[in-house]
Amino acid sequence: MSALVPPAGDGGVTAPVAGQTPGLLRRSLATGRTRAGLAITMLVVAVAVVGPFVAPGGETAIVGPPNASEVPGLLFGTDVTGRDVWTRFLHGGISVLWLSALCTLVGVGAGLLIALLAGYSRTWVDEILMRTTDVFLAFPAIVLALLFLAIFQPSAWTVILTVALGHAPRVARVMRSAVLDVAGRDYVRSAESMGLRRWSIRLGDLLPNVTGPLMVECGLRLTYSIGLVAGLGFLGLSGLAIDQADWGLMINEGRTAFTVQPWPVLLPVTAIGLLTVGTNLIADGIARAAAGTDREVGE
Amino acid sequence: MALGRLVGRRLAVGTVILFVVSLLVFGASLLLPGDAARAVLGRSASPDRLAVVRAQMHLDDPAPQRYLAWASDLVTGDLGNSTVSQEPVIELIAGRSGNSLLLMAIAALVATPLSLLLGSWSALRRDQLADHATALGTLVLASLPEFVVGIALIYVFATGLLQWFPPVVSTTMPVLEQPSVLVLPVATLVLAVAPYITRMMRATMLEVLDSDFVHQARLNGIPERSVLWRHAVPNAIGPVAQVIGLQLAYLAGGIVLVEFLFAYPGIGQGIVEAVNARDIPTLQALIMLIAAFYVLVNLLADVVGVLTNPRLRTGVA
Repeated sequence: MSALVPPAGDGGVTAPVAGQTPGLLRRSLATGRTRAGLAITMLVVAVAVVGPFVAPGGETAIVGPPNASEVPGLLFGTDVTGRDVWTRFLHGGISVLWLSALCTLVGVGAGLLIALLAGYSRTWVDEILMRTTDVFLAFPAIVLALLFLAIFQPSAWTVILTVALGHAPRVARVMRSAVLDVAGRDYVRSAESMGLRRWSIRLGDLLPNVTGPLMVECGLRLTYSIGLVAGLGFLGLSGLAIDQADWGLMINEGRTAFTVQPWPVLLPVTAIGLLTVGTNLIADGIARAAAGTDREVGE
Repeated sequence: MALGRLVGRRLAVGTVILFVVSLLVFGASLLLPGDAARAVLGRSASPDRLAVVRAQMHLDDPAPQRYLAWASDLVTGDLGNSTVSQEPVIELIAGRSGNSLLLMAIAALVATPLSLLLGSWSALRRDQLADHATALGTLVLASLPEFVVGIALIYVFATGLLQWFPPVVSTTMPVLEQPSVLVLPVATLVLAVAPYITRMMRATMLEVLDSDFVHQARLNGIPERSVLWRHAVPNAIGPVAQVIGLQLAYLAGGIVLVEFLFAYPGIGQGIVEAVNARDIPTLQALIMLIAAFYVLVNLLADVVGVLTNPRLRTGVA
């Protein structure tokens, strides 16, 4: 579950010029795979968002014997404590969605900030920032998250911050090379000669010209975040209340009784799988559009 | 010459990174709310008893001194005792790291040739149905988190449709005496890393197949089979080698969820258990081990990348 798209800004991928972002989205939407990805993603998001309103019962109500796969009147039987699996599935998506979205936002935001700082400073700031990312890149993302979840009590915010901490150095690297690529161009030079302040050049000239790789990173990190957030829930470490319906936690609770009652695990696993495939298809479509190589789509 | 210097420099950088990582891992434990003595003794410990254990664990010493003691113990292999089982951490690691290495080695040995073949095959059928199917299949597989793939495999091959393999590892005997438990965890890891290698191999093969020397070989009347295996594939493998290295490093993180899922007694499962039990000495040692492995494999991937790239090999870099 990681980057399949070419390393944006690193080899061959040139950032689109300012003002082309809507064009980039439109171009990527013209491809079949982006549309398929969008449809799959919207389907799962719709289930997660509308689910709580249409769920037949309360998410913590006990409605039958534990781990029964066939209970009259219940679509998918009961879970480990006798709660309705279908109800809990409909309630359990929204936490995965907002946690992953915030992880992506914080992680990509921090990475972008580091990249804008480091890629356009040409001083020791660049050196220090990049060597710091090297240290955080010495851990696989999940291991870094586990280290910090062992130290701080798992809560929604520690999960968001630890997952984002794993994203930031990886985003920073990709975005820094994109920024470096733009920083030497003529219009940046002319902005410099006009005496513009560095931050206004960063935000006014550099940022608008790295939106291509930035959007690819967002899609990619969202795919990762969903896997990590659900994975931490699966490990029982997502920091949510113990009886809260959550797709990751459902897998953790249901796995011991998987043989007799597979539904509490299969439903959330399917939803998470579809969601990650959908977001990665979108990311791939955007990356192809940005690189100008959507040849594989059938032209 | 240049290569030796390069490897030396990368090794030095790797060592510095591991040093800073050790500062980070140690520093993180200083942030732990409550202290380690209370974690050992529990909430109801008397103040006297706490003071004794604190002195034993040198918790009253200043942080730099404690770091030095911890780091020198780490280097000499004295990793302290688990705060849960009270057994030396090194014993726990010895068994578990063997199991994890076995898992990763088999996964690597299966995934690498499989994806090289699949990637070449896909490249040879460029823009045909098989090529598109491979591209889509690898993209989908690469999107899926390991535990999703693992649970799907368990459902299909262990508990649900077919009952070919055991879903979890039995704790009563060594892994090697129950080889069938390896099948599903290995398959999960293979499906996690193979897509990247396959896609990289396909892209590189397309480039090589389009290059002048392959055209020349064909014009010289060399049989297509020989063009492929003696000229194209060897030239494509070089650039792919680095991706293979990076994917092997990725396995070090991949084992965490996979080992937990299959109750496989390795380093990854050990980390999850240590987190749940707040067993800090064990956690620190396991995380340092993973970081060392990760940095080392990344370094090897770097070196392989240089070795297989003639322009870098001749000393420009």
